[in-house]
Amino acid sequence: MAIVVQTEQLSKRFGDFIAVDSLNITINEGEIYSLLGPNGAGKSTAIKMLTTLLKPSSGDAWIDGISIAKSPFKVRSLIGYVPQMLSAEGTLTGYENLLLFAKLYDIPSKEGKQRINQALAFMSLQEAAHKPVKTYSGGMIRRLEIAQSMLHRPKVLFLDEPTTGLDPIGVKSVWEHILELKKEFGTTILLTTHIMEEADKLSTHIAFLSRGKLVASGTPAELKNSLNKAGATMEDVFIYYTKESVDSQRDFHEVAAERKTTSRLG
Amino acid sequence: MIRFILKTFVITELEIRKIFHDPTEIVLRTVQPTLWLLIFGQVFQKMHPMNGSMPYIDFMTPGILAQSVLFISIFYGIAVIWERDLGLTQKFLVTPTPRTALVLGKALSAGIRSIPVMTIIYMLAFLLKVKLNLAITEIFTVLLAVVMASVLFSTFSLIIACLVKTRERFMGIGQVLTMPLFFASNAIYPIDIMPRWLQILSHVNPLTYTINVLRSSMLQNQSQANVFRDLGILMILCVLLIIIGGALYKRVII
Repeated sequence: MAIVVQTEQLSKRFGDFIAVDSLNITINEGEIYSLLGPNGAGKSTAIKMLTTLLKPSSGDAWIDGISIAKSPFKVRSLIGYVPQMLSAEGTLTGYENLLLFAKLYDIPSKEGKQRINQALAFMSLQEAAHKPVKTYSGGMIRRLEIAQSMLHRPKVLFLDEPTTGLDPIGVKSVWEHILELKKEFGTTILLTTHIMEEADKLSTHIAFLSRGKLVASGTPAELKNSLNKAGATMEDVFIYYTKESVDSQRDFHEVAAERKTTSRLG
Repeated sequence: MIRFILKTFVITELEIRKIFHDPTEIVLRTVQPTLWLLIFGQVFQKMHPMNGSMPYIDFMTPGILAQSVLFISIFYGIAVIWERDLGLTQKFLVTPTPRTALVLGKALSAGIRSIPVMTIIYMLAFLLKVKLNLAITEIFTVLLAVVMASVLFSTFSLIIACLVKTRERFMGIGQVLTMPLFFASNAIYPIDIMPRWLQILSHVNPLTYTINVLRSSMLQNQSQANVFRDLGILMILCVLLIIIGGALYKRVII
């Protein structure tokens, strides 16, 4: 199976603080790879480096064989990224949001229209396509954003906490569509989440980060079995490997950011 | 280069679509220049401040257009901070779009927001019997100067936003900058009557060069001698600021 993402000693330092410490991971084509860990474990920094938003302090990573440190511009055509907050343009329609991204990704106009219609159908958004995004539910916006980041058929899709802030119906619809993406297109996905059930349900592979270091990695079943405890859940695995409580997950900044998004989209 | 131009237009198209979906902002933008022309202009006219060289309302009309452009553009940076907080900036930075195209695309939309204001000011000036030069070439020169000044001040604003990074600090700095830029220009009084130190400031103020072009081209019987020189200065500043803005844009997310 082809390797889509590979990191080698990937590190990021901010002054004396080491946010990501010599990370080595490999993601194969078609995998849904989850990066888990407590706040400040380095997940976001790792994603920022892989999506070329941050330059590594040392080490490197390759997306489909292209170095993020040497050729970040080339890498950008190969990846799709959905940030944590709901960030579609609220005043524009769903169709317009997709249209502008098709143009940004250099998709020829005719081909772009076909892909947009296909994406709207795939994400069950045809009926709402010409309504302003601010009238959408959270789940619909997230699905629209995933469609947006898939238009150029990226080699790997980065989903940063895709269901944070969504109601249970929204969460369910996003999960279903992520699994559909894998089934229909064989899309390789790297996601971060704080919801252990999400990681367990969606992932083919899970890696735990703690204080910038990779502390455990394997399939969900392997990780649960590694605890040698009957009926172990992914929460148990999380606590065991990161030595932190799952309850104290979200810091003030994250909650505030989420509230802001909710109020913006009415 | 073609990629740069195409991507710039995509970003501008996005902003234009936003304006069409919600034109309230454009309507509100016309209120302030209307008040300046109708109240301030009419009252000051009575004091004959120009010593008969030209009616004061004629003198101030190009100044008020430049002021509107400045006010529309100088708070543009706050949108960048807002979009950063929403994750939009990150999303755009991850696309294969040159940073300079992101910066210029946004800046051009400030220019587009200034065009309705320019139209309203022309209409009001016509009604107030300002001796307008309505030759197509002159209107085009005014349009060019308005768009360039919008690009210049909005990019300047974006650079500040990328440096200060928070809304609160940005609002503070924006307030501090606006009035000095306005007062240290020839918008509502001629440079000749300024104290020496203010004259020096006004010569390094890009708003002065904008107003020079506007005054030469909007009004009848004005010297056109320095129009190309002043447009050239604005152009060089625009290019410089866009390059700096492109280099700093990423800083806003870190």
